[in-house]
Amino acid sequence: MFRVGPGGPPGSAHTKDGRESLLIDLKGYGSLLLDGAQLTVLVGLISMLIAMLLGLVGSWGKLSKSRIARTAANLYTTVIRGIPELVLILLVYYGVPTLIQDISSAAGMEVIIDINPFVAGVATIGFIYGAFATEVFRGAYLAVPNGQMEAARSMGMSAALTFRRITLPQMWRFALPGLGNVWMVLIKATALISVIQLPELMRNADTGARATRMPFTFYFTASLIYLAITIASMIFQQRAEAWASRGVRRA
Amino acid sequence: MGLGILWESVPRFLDGTLVTIEITALSVLIGLCLAVPLALMRVSKNPLLWMPVYGFIFYFRGTPLLVQIFLIYYGSGQFQEILSQIGLWTLFREAFFCAVLSLTLNTAAYTAEILRGAIQGVSWGEIEAARACGMSGGLLYRRIILPKAFRIAWPAYTNEVVFLLQASSLVSIITLMDITGVARVLAARTFAFYEFFIFAALLYLVLVYGVIWVFKKIEYRISGHLRGAPVKASTPAG
Repeated sequence: MFRVGPGGPPGSAHTKDGRESLLIDLKGYGSLLLDGAQLTVLVGLISMLIAMLLGLVGSWGKLSKSRIARTAANLYTTVIRGIPELVLILLVYYGVPTLIQDISSAAGMEVIIDINPFVAGVATIGFIYGAFATEVFRGAYLAVPNGQMEAARSMGMSAALTFRRITLPQMWRFALPGLGNVWMVLIKATALISVIQLPELMRNADTGARATRMPFTFYFTASLIYLAITIASMIFQQRAEAWASRGVRRA
Repeated sequence: MGLGILWESVPRFLDGTLVTIEITALSVLIGLCLAVPLALMRVSKNPLLWMPVYGFIFYFRGTPLLVQIFLIYYGSGQFQEILSQIGLWTLFREAFFCAVLSLTLNTAAYTAEILRGAIQGVSWGEIEAARACGMSGGLLYRRIILPKAFRIAWPAYTNEVVFLLQASSLVSIITLMDITGVARVLAARTFAFYEFFIFAALLYLVLVYGVIWVFKKIEYRISGHLRGAPVKASTPAG
C-alpha cells in the first residue's frame, strides 16, 4: 500500500562528480539536487499544461449559456480554491485507490490500484491550478473587445474560427500576467509532491540532508535553486508579455 | 464505509481545528505587526533600509513554504551547539515554535509586498493636502497614508490570510496535529483514507469560506465612504 519510493538509497548512482562545491560543500550530493531540480521543472511544466487546458475548459464553462456547465465550473473553482493543496495530494494519492477498491469490491470485483506518485502529483497540481487558470482565462476573454468578435462573425467566420483566429490570440496578451502568477505559485507547490515520495528537488534535498546530517546546507541550497527557477521564470514572463503585446502601440 | 469511525473521530478533528486556527491566527497577527515596518522600510529611499527588505521579501516569496519550514525546523539542528549556547535551542526544538516562525516570516513577506503596493497606491493629492495642513513624517503616515493603504490592501490581504490558513496544513509534515495531521494519523491507522481526507477537506472549506465571509463584512464596514449614500425609503417632503 505505502510505497517506499525511489530517492534512496543515496550515494549509489550519485557519487562525487567533482563539479560542485563552489561555495557550499554538498559532499557529492550536488548532482542529486540537480536531478531533482530537473524533475521539479518537468513536473511543473506538465502540471501547467494540464492547468491551462482545464482553465480553458473551465472558463468556457463559466461563460457558457448552459446552466449545468456554469454550475459545474463554479463548483470546481469554489471547492478547489477552498482546500489546501496538501490535503488534495494526500486524497488523490492515498484516497482514490482505496475509494476505487471499495467501490469495486462492493460491485464484487477485486481491483488493486497503485497510483504512481508522478501521475498523482502532476494530476493533482494540474487540477488545483486549473481552477486558478479558469479565472485568468475568464478575465482575459472578457477583456477582448466584443467588436472584434462581431467583426469576425460579420466577415463570415464561424464561431470556432473566430475563437481560434481572433479571440484566442488576443486573449494571450491579457492572460499572460495572470498565467505567470499561476506558474510562480505552481512551481513552488510542486515541493509538496515530495510528501508522496517523488524524487523531485525537495525530496532529494531531504535525502541529502539525512545522509550527510547537514539539513541547513541542503535545504538552503534547494531554496536557492527554487529562487533561480523563479528568477528565470520572471525573465521568461517579461519576454513572453513583450511578444504577446507586439501588436499594441506603446506611447 | 467508515461513517462510524468518522463520527468517533470528531473530537480529535475539533482539537485539530483549534490547532489550525491557533497557528494561523498567531502567524497572521505577528506577521502583520512585522509587515507594517517592513513595508515602510521597503518604500524608503534609503538603500540601507529598502535593500535588505527587498532581499527578505524576494527570498520568502520566491521559495516554497515547505523549504522554509524545513530550513527552520530541521536546518536549525545543524546549529544546535550555537543555539544551545545562546539559549534558543529549547525554542527551535519545538515544532510549534518553528511552524509559527516560518509561517510568520512567510506571511510577513507577502503582506509587506501587498502593503507596499497599497502605500504607493495612495493618491498623491491626499498626501499633498495633508502636507498643506502641516502634517509630515509620522503623523502623515499614521493619520493619512497607513489608514488609506490598509483599505486599499484589504481585498488582497483577505487572499493572503486564506492562503496562510491553507498553507498551515504543511505543519502536519513536522508532526503537528492540525486538521491535516489528525487526518493523516487516523487514515494511516484505520486505512480509511478517503473518508478522513474528504472530512478534512470539508473542514478547511468551512474555515476558508468563514474567513472570507468575515473579511468581506469588515471590507464593507471600512469602505462606507466609497458607497453611494443609502437610499431612503421615503423622501421627506421639502
